[in-house]
Amino acid sequence: MQHEIIPDATLVVNYINGSENALETLITRHKQKVYSFIFSKVYDRDVAEDIFQDTFIKVIRTLKRNAYNEEGKFLPWVMRIAHNLVIDYFRKNNRMPKFDNSNDFSIFSVLSDGDLNAEKRIIKEQVENDVRRLVDELPEDQREVLLMRIYKDMSFKEISEVTGVSINTALGRMRYALINLRKVIDKHNIVLTD
Amino acid sequence: MAKIYSKDFIESTNDLKPKEETVNFLLNYSKALSVINCNKLKFETFLN
Repeated sequence: MQHEIIPDATLVVNYINGSENALETLITRHKQKVYSFIFSKVYDRDVAEDIFQDTFIKVIRTLKRNAYNEEGKFLPWVMRIAHNLVIDYFRKNNRMPKFDNSNDFSIFSVLSDGDLNAEKRIIKEQVENDVRRLVDELPEDQREVLLMRIYKDMSFKEISEVTGVSINTALGRMRYALINLRKVIDKHNIVLTD
Repeated sequence: MAKIYSKDFIESTNDLKPKEETVNFLLNYSKALSVINCNKLKFETFLN
């Protein structure tokens, strides 16, 4: 037994004349082609679903308003609407780029508030106080070099000129200053991080 | 636009169709929508 396929044009006329079943047949007949076309452009099932829905809303409104000019090309007409809506979607997205956080990359991992909050500020002050007390415990010559290098940001050449020792001696004092600081920190289990 | 040629993608695109609820929504939308012609103006109304 062979089923006679009702042409799209007839279904469109039937739909305009009030047959809702005709629309169901049209959607069922073409939904895969239209949806696949949209999906092949947007690669997102939810977006494709939205555009598919908007496409047929336009189709329904045009047909109900009797504004459709039937030329026996129902599917190409629907595809053209879908195509235009896909273009609209990309235009809108280019104007307002969205950040998709569903992937490995999260925008919030690179955007952060640079200001320290109250807790971090207190911790920072405590760490600085601890470091200052440790530096005060160093022998005078090492402390002098370390303060000039770290806090005054002087070069070893400048330090050697101010202290009247060679650059190598200044470097050596800095090295011992750091070694001594590490020793004291290890010995007393001081934690200097926030 | 980038084209995706991976096997998984091709397999997943074989059966592409909209969700049943989208189609149902469209059919209900169509049933609810009626266009009233008034002189040369057309008004769209929705029936609940």
